[in-house]
Amino acid sequence: MELLQQIINGISLGSIYALIALGYTMVYGIVRLINFAHGDVYMAGAYIAYLIANRFSEETVWRFPLILLASMGGCSLLGMAIERVAYKPLRNRPRIATLTTAIGVSIFLENLVRVAIGPNFLGFPEIITRTSWEIKGITISNVQVVVPGCTVLLVLVLHYVVHKTKAGKAMRAVSFDRDVAMLMGVNVDNTIRITFAIGSALAAAAGVLVGIAYPRIDPYMGIMAGLKAFVSAVLGGIGIIPGAALGGLMMGVAEVMAVQLFSSSLKDAIAFVVLIVVLLVKPTGLLGKVASEKV
Amino acid sequence: MRAIENEFVRRFVVPAVASTALYWILVSIAYRNDYYMYVLTMCAINVIGATSLNLINGFTGQFSLGHAGFMAVGAYVAGSLTKFGHWPFVGALLAGMAGAAVAGFLVGLPTLRLRGDYLAIATLGFGEIIRMLIINSDKLGLKFLEGPRGVPGIKRYSTFGWAFFFAVVTVWILANYIWSTHGRACGAVKEDEVAAEAMGVGTTTYKVMSFTIGASFAGLAGGLHAHLLQLLHPASYDFLKSCDFLVMIVVGGMGNLTGSVLGALFVTLITEALRKLLELRMLAYAVGLICVMLFRPEGLFGTREFSLGALRFLAPRRPVSQVGGDKSGAT
Repeated sequence: MELLQQIINGISLGSIYALIALGYTMVYGIVRLINFAHGDVYMAGAYIAYLIANRFSEETVWRFPLILLASMGGCSLLGMAIERVAYKPLRNRPRIATLTTAIGVSIFLENLVRVAIGPNFLGFPEIITRTSWEIKGITISNVQVVVPGCTVLLVLVLHYVVHKTKAGKAMRAVSFDRDVAMLMGVNVDNTIRITFAIGSALAAAAGVLVGIAYPRIDPYMGIMAGLKAFVSAVLGGIGIIPGAALGGLMMGVAEVMAVQLFSSSLKDAIAFVVLIVVLLVKPTGLLGKVASEKV
Repeated sequence: MRAIENEFVRRFVVPAVASTALYWILVSIAYRNDYYMYVLTMCAINVIGATSLNLINGFTGQFSLGHAGFMAVGAYVAGSLTKFGHWPFVGALLAGMAGAAVAGFLVGLPTLRLRGDYLAIATLGFGEIIRMLIINSDKLGLKFLEGPRGVPGIKRYSTFGWAFFFAVVTVWILANYIWSTHGRACGAVKEDEVAAEAMGVGTTTYKVMSFTIGASFAGLAGGLHAHLLQLLHPASYDFLKSCDFLVMIVVGGMGNLTGSVLGALFVTLITEALRKLLELRMLAYAVGLICVMLFRPEGLFGTREFSLGALRFLAPRRPVSQVGGDKSGAT
């Protein structure tokens, strides 16, 4: 029973990691960039939701979806802006230059929020009134249903966008071979922009959901969550969308288990141990295929 | 300047004289000002950290993001030896270097078969694992390391003199390594691993060698850092610290030894100068970093090494060329 309870807690956390990991994996797949600023977009999502929720305190059924959509919209604009200003000019430069700008953007966002809103922990307003049910000794709160529920919904939408729409086809083409996609008339710039927008929107959703599930936000919340989500993306196979979702869930469950079985100070360590094991045993990730390198 | 013929004079006397002169100039500027001395010491420590990271990243082409982890090993070994073992400072620093070298070897051996981004992530992971081990050290039987609380009361042995001395020695050793047979082999590994292998360069050996040497100097920087801050704390050596060194070498120019010295000085001095901005400091730092990368992605100093013989440093620079990509579809 205890085990099942922990798995339920883990799934809730894991679906948040999964949403962030999706953005990492999509951006990596398309521009081969470890977008270190992605964790901070997630933080920005949580803060946008925080600001809106404090202005808009009317209790309606629509409160949560509206805040979620607003935050996702805001962050997709933010993501596109970051891409336009910081990454696009460096697209044909060595990757280390882009990586360094990504670190710069990350520091910028953290400190912007720190200066504009404050460095302290903030309590996230209760957008969804918490209730919990007890079934055979297992406690499930409505939040633990909403969080994975939203994740599944968003992943399905993403799956539809990537596999059934023209933009999604363009995304797959660009990630497969950018030059050939360009020759085939795919607007690569637009496709990359859309990828950043979608990835950032998913991160924003994760930010809102984390605010609901663990109602405490601070400007540096994106660093560790971002790193763990990135590890999740690697675990599932970077560049592979279902892999990111699977990796995120596994990471969440593993983390909750580690805290339960060993100690809460191992919370952050488990992610990196998982990372090292994956990289040493199967660097392409769980769902990755081995691609032989051409010389 | 005419090239100096005598090998001994060129390799030993000139660097010694030049650095002694530089030392006295700096000391006379910072004379009796504790803050200036602190900043200079910090500069020297960052020079050690940045140049050693550049050996791994810039000269051997192995993208490491875990430098702070090795720094932490050096700091904790050296710091606990002087505090609990009452070792002499230099002995403790050397032990810290040795500890970091062992850590570097153990981390490097399995991870260096990964390439590019995967290596970057793996080193990042190991850096964080080292930090997590320190955070959990009190539970792992090393009670005196105090886990997440850190160890206060380290003696302030890191004077500017020592830090400067070790920085000069580090740069000298790295320069001699980089422009030796082994260093050129590392350069070959960086340029094309397969071609290097085909030419008979033992790529794994050289990768591990560079990684271990780089890690050991990171340990040296860590030992000096601990004896400057007088505190051992796991939060001093997190991912952001590794990023700091990365920023220094990228700003200075990858694979440019003097560039990373200047980059380390530049970044350290800028961060200190920005202290007046208080809250806005890191914001200004981030904007500056992004601008440097956007307008000068090869780093402020490019790949041109600075030496006394080549003061063509300020020559007019080429405009940054805009290659393809911007107007896709049209190409």
